[in-house]
Amino acid sequence: MKNNKYRLFTLYLPLIVMLIFMLFPFYWIFVTSLKTSQEIYGPVKYLPQNFNLAAYFKLFSGTVNFINAMKNSFIVASMTTLVSLLVSTLASYAFSRYRFVGRKTLMILFLSNNMFPTVLLLLPLYTIMRKLGLLYSPSSLVLSYTTFTIPFSVWLLNGFLNDLPGSLEEAAMIDGATRGQAFVKIILPILTPSIMATGVYIFMNSWNEYTFANMFTNNATRTIPVALKSLIGQLGVQWDLLTAGGVITVLPVCIMFFFAQKRLVEGLTAGAVKG
Amino acid sequence: MISRRQEIWPYLLVAPAVIIIVLVVFVPVINAFSMSLQSYDLRRPNDIAFIGMENYKQILSDELFWGALGRTFFWVVFGVGLQFLFGFLLALILNHDFRGRGMIRSLSMVPWVTPGVLIGLMWRWIFDGNLGVLNDILIKLNLIDDKIAFLAHPSTALPSVIIAIVWQGIPFFALMILAGLQQIPKELYEAASIDGANKIKQLFFVTIPSIKNTLGVTLLLRIIWVTNSVDVIFNMTGGGPAYSTQTLSVYIYNKGNALNLGYASAMSILMALLLALVAIPYVRTTFRGTI
Repeated sequence: MKNNKYRLFTLYLPLIVMLIFMLFPFYWIFVTSLKTSQEIYGPVKYLPQNFNLAAYFKLFSGTVNFINAMKNSFIVASMTTLVSLLVSTLASYAFSRYRFVGRKTLMILFLSNNMFPTVLLLLPLYTIMRKLGLLYSPSSLVLSYTTFTIPFSVWLLNGFLNDLPGSLEEAAMIDGATRGQAFVKIILPILTPSIMATGVYIFMNSWNEYTFANMFTNNATRTIPVALKSLIGQLGVQWDLLTAGGVITVLPVCIMFFFAQKRLVEGLTAGAVKG
Repeated sequence: MISRRQEIWPYLLVAPAVIIIVLVVFVPVINAFSMSLQSYDLRRPNDIAFIGMENYKQILSDELFWGALGRTFFWVVFGVGLQFLFGFLLALILNHDFRGRGMIRSLSMVPWVTPGVLIGLMWRWIFDGNLGVLNDILIKLNLIDDKIAFLAHPSTALPSVIIAIVWQGIPFFALMILAGLQQIPKELYEAASIDGANKIKQLFFVTIPSIKNTLGVTLLLRIIWVTNSVDVIFNMTGGGPAYSTQTLSVYIYNKGNALNLGYASAMSILMALLLALVAIPYVRTTFRGTI
C-alpha cells in the first residue's frame, strides 16, 4: 500500500504531467484542424464539435496547392537520403575497416562539422547557388542538406560498423571472395537495418528543414515547411489550414520514426555511451 | 605482403564524401570569411568592394548585436538547462518498469521529430493573445484575470519561445540519458543501498557519475543545436517584439534575408568562433577513443 502511494507520487504523477505537456500541442493542432472558422474565433472548445474536414480539402485544392509542396519535399528528402547514404556508407566502411594515413584527420573533418553554425554556411551557399544558377532548384536544397546529413550519417554508420566484427569479411576472403564481394554479400545484408534507420534520420531532417528551404526555394519549388509558413498571410493566420497542414506534415515522419526508432536510438546513443 | 592496390581503396571510398563536404562546407566557410571583409550587399550589387575589418568594427558598436548575444546566452542557458532537467526526469521515470512503457516512450519522442516550423507555429497558436488556449486554461484555473498577449510583450516573449524549445529538446535528452541509465549495473545500486545511501544520494553518487560522459556529450550537442536554431523563433515571433527574441542566429538570418550578406557573414564568423569554445571540448570528449 505504502509502496503504491510512493510509485504514484514518484512515477505516475510526474509522468502524466510530462505527457500532457509533451502531447497536448499535438492534440491541440489536431482539434483545431477540425474546427470551422466560427469555432476558432469563438470561445475555446476543448473537444471537436463535429468532424469537419473542410480545412484538409481546402489545403489540397488549387489555391493553396499543398500537394505540390509535398511533392517537392518528397523529391528533396529522397534525393538527400540517397546521396547521403551512398557516400556515407562507403566512407564509414573505410573508416571502420582500414587504417590509412590521414584517417584521423578526415574523421575529425567530418565530426567537427557539427559546430559550424547553420547561418555561417547558409549565406555563402546562397551566393554560390545564385552564381551556379541553382538557386530555387531542388538540387540547391539537396546539396545544402548534405552539409549536416553526411557528417551525421558517417558518424552513425561508423558506430554500427564498428559493432560488426571484422572476422565476418575475413572468413569470406579466406574462402576466396574479394573485399568488395565480402562487403556486398556479407556486410551489406547485416547492415541494411542500420542503413534504413540512418536513412529515416536523414529523410526526417530533410523533410523538416526550414532555414535553408525558406531562402532557397520559390513558389514553384517550396517545400512543406515553407508552404506552412506561407499560410500566415497579410490578412492574418488561417489557423484551420495551418493546423491541418501541420498534422499532414508530421504524420509521415512519425510513422517512419516509430518503425526505425529502436535501431536509430541504438546508433545515436552508442557513441555517447561508449565515449 | 600487403599489395599497393589495397592501400588505395580507403581513399577511393572516402573520396565522394570528402569532395562533397569540402565543396558544401569548407569552400563556403572560406567564402563567408571573404564576404565578411567586403561591403557585400545584394541590394547594392554595384557597391561590392573589399573593406577590410569594417564590418567587424561596425558589429562591435552595434547595440542589436550585443543585445542578441546576451539573449543567445539567456536562450541557451534556460533553454538547454530546462531540457536537460526535464529530460533527465523523464529518463528516470522511463527507466522504471511499468505497463505501456514502450508505447509511452515512443509517444514522448514525437516532439523531437516535429519540424521546427510547426513547433514555432503550434506554440504561437497556443500562446495567442486573443484565441490562444493557454490564456483560456489560465483564466479557467483562476490564475490570471485578463488575457495576456504572451508573444506581443517583450517581457513574456522570450520565456514563451524558451518553453517551445524546451518542449522540442526534452525527448533527445531523455533518449540519450535513458540509454546511459540502462548501462549502469544494478549491483552498484545494491551496494549503495547496503551502505545506507537513500534514493537522492544514489542519484548523486551512483547515477550521475556513471553517466557523466553521456550527459556531457548530450549537453554540448544540444548547446550547439540550440545556439544555431533559427526556425522555432523565426516562425513564432520573427525575433520581435522590439527585438526581444532576436538571438544571434536569428539576427544573422534576418540580415541575410535582407541580403546584407557581408555584415551577416561577419557576425556568423564571430558566432562560429564563440561556438568553437563549446564545440572543441565536445569533439575532444566524444571522439577520444572512438577514432
